[in-house]
Amino acid sequence: MEDQQSVVQIKDLYLNFYTYDGVVRALDGITLNVRKGEILGLVGETGSGKSVTSLAVLSIVIPPGRIEKGQIEISLKGKTYDLLSLNDATMARVRGRYISMIFQEPRAALNPVYTIGDQIAEVFFHHRKAELVESAIAQLKKDLEKASGLKRAIYRRELSIYHRMQNNPKSLILRISSKIPLVKRFQNRMKNAARKYIVDMLKSLNIPDPGRVIDMYPHELSGGMAQRAVIAMALCANPLMLIADEPTTNLDVTVQAQILLLIKDLQRRLHTSILYVTHDLGVIAETCDRVAVLYAGNVAEIANVMDLFKKPSHPYTQALLESIPRPGQKFVSIRGTVPSLVDPPKGCRFYDRCDYAMDRCVHEEPELIEIEKDHFVSCHLHYGGK
Amino acid sequence: MTSAKQTGNFRKRIQPTIKEARFMLSRLFKSPLSVAGLVLISYNIILAVFAPVIAPNTSGVRQYDQYMIPRDQSLGFWIQPSPPTSGHILGTTSMQVDLFYGCVWGTRFAFQLGLEVIVSTLTIGLILGMISGYYGGFIDEVIMRFTDIILAFPGLILAMVFVAVLGKAGWSTLQAAIFSIILIGWPGYTRLIRGEVLRVRGEDYVEAARAAGASDLRIMARHILPNSIYSVIIVASLDFGSIVLTAAALSFLGLGSPPGYADWGRLIFDGVPFSGSGLTYWWTFVYPGIFIVLFTLGWNLLGDALRDVLDPLSRRK
Repeated sequence: MEDQQSVVQIKDLYLNFYTYDGVVRALDGITLNVRKGEILGLVGETGSGKSVTSLAVLSIVIPPGRIEKGQIEISLKGKTYDLLSLNDATMARVRGRYISMIFQEPRAALNPVYTIGDQIAEVFFHHRKAELVESAIAQLKKDLEKASGLKRAIYRRELSIYHRMQNNPKSLILRISSKIPLVKRFQNRMKNAARKYIVDMLKSLNIPDPGRVIDMYPHELSGGMAQRAVIAMALCANPLMLIADEPTTNLDVTVQAQILLLIKDLQRRLHTSILYVTHDLGVIAETCDRVAVLYAGNVAEIANVMDLFKKPSHPYTQALLESIPRPGQKFVSIRGTVPSLVDPPKGCRFYDRCDYAMDRCVHEEPELIEIEKDHFVSCHLHYGGK
Repeated sequence: MTSAKQTGNFRKRIQPTIKEARFMLSRLFKSPLSVAGLVLISYNIILAVFAPVIAPNTSGVRQYDQYMIPRDQSLGFWIQPSPPTSGHILGTTSMQVDLFYGCVWGTRFAFQLGLEVIVSTLTIGLILGMISGYYGGFIDEVIMRFTDIILAFPGLILAMVFVAVLGKAGWSTLQAAIFSIILIGWPGYTRLIRGEVLRVRGEDYVEAARAAGASDLRIMARHILPNSIYSVIIVASLDFGSIVLTAAALSFLGLGSPPGYADWGRLIFDGVPFSGSGLTYWWTFVYPGIFIVLFTLGWNLLGDALRDVLDPLSRRK
């Protein structure tokens, strides 16, 4: 599954949760790759490990979980780095800058005590300070030409501070004084620059009247608007990859369509890769380029979206597609339940619900094999040829 | 951007804040109890700030510590308190110590003590509670068991033990009293803040902040603290009164300030030997008592008022 054009590669990832009931093997050898500029859908039922996988990409593991084994590699400027071996401080720089995330419930993902603008500006200041300083300097130089007298002197002084910020961004004095109330007002020009960026950004996300929205608090926004604000926050560092964890599940259908169109449009415009986590196959068909189907912590099938819907090859995918309710037809569901991950079956995790189960399924875990170009399935049915 | 436009923007941006402040004030002044609390507190603040003007040292004796009440030497060293006169409008207590001076400067002392204790307990509580709630695990366990140990004892008794021990170690009783009140005070705040942090830590926006690359310190300072501080502020304002009460209790037991110190508890303690003769020497304990009541009542009412205006759940009804 080596792929030259992939941005993020998850290789053989094992993640366990240590609970009172025992060790939950939540991810059992996940292998995935996200290519440059594509939308990869991640489908699966509740508990199949979709969200855990997406958080693991950011090295966020909610306790009592622990990553046991595996690599998550990111390709940056021609080099690859293993995210799991980075230390916390470096990882914090990767989060939001190179990989960012949109959450399921937009209003819960915004801090209720700050305005939208403040929160987006925080990310801006964190990841794109250099640009802000630059535009502040440009603005200052423009002002300096027009100014005279005392104002000129003040602007000169300001300019020297900003030059200092530019040359020595880690200066201790500047860092400390940017934390002190009143004194930190010397950053106001950067704030104004950030504000301008943010207004433009909100406008490009089709938010009406961005100049007003920027000063609103999260509770004043509708669900769709809040989700757009969250998307703005995730995109303001121009990340390589965006993880969207069911971003439209809590929105009503019309807004859902708008947000989906927006995400697709952004992907086309900014060439950002997107990992789209959902359980809605309709959304997958609408937005994604490729799909990975997860079942009980395993990858069942990875395929291009058309291939997956035309010829699903894993019995689970087939059953999943059949169980989409259609009017006038009897509702079909997959028999049985998802196996307990505390003590998962030794062989294929799907075998007791599978119509094609064979003897070897009980004992032997199937591997992910490529049955056609870009079409991977982990099922014993497909061993030994296409 | 022209300056006129900027001020216009500023005015527009500050508009909601002004509106909110107006709403809070109107809310505050609607309830008579809140108004009473505000009046009491401002009366106490005036007493404390203008103590040197209201109760100047008229005895002619130089003081080394302004809180040491000057004795009226014309009355000698009489053990028996003398009743209120025009010279001593609240009378004097044992050894002819002026009660008016003591009560007024006692207000100042109460504020000083309350502030010292609140600031230190809040700081300790905030830091430990944050660490404990945010990181959890072993650190949490250790800190919480420490608070358990301290909370397992009745506060006043533990404070007395600390004063006694520290007194033996060479501390002045006053220092020891303040220190021991801090020592029994921090576990409550630590627990309260930890609980709030645990609640906020699970919120999506904290995870979102982490996913956006924020460091632990930034998450704690920018996202968790502002969302967990309100209840702590209310409790702290309610505690201000009770801290002064505890200090008065310690002084009343002879474990606080030295004799002749401008501390309400001490003044009542000085009046105790005369309570055996009924209400003959009533002014020795009634006047300091009134000052204590007005002070603590003020803080309790203010705490309730703060809750009314700050708590979003109870206020918009």
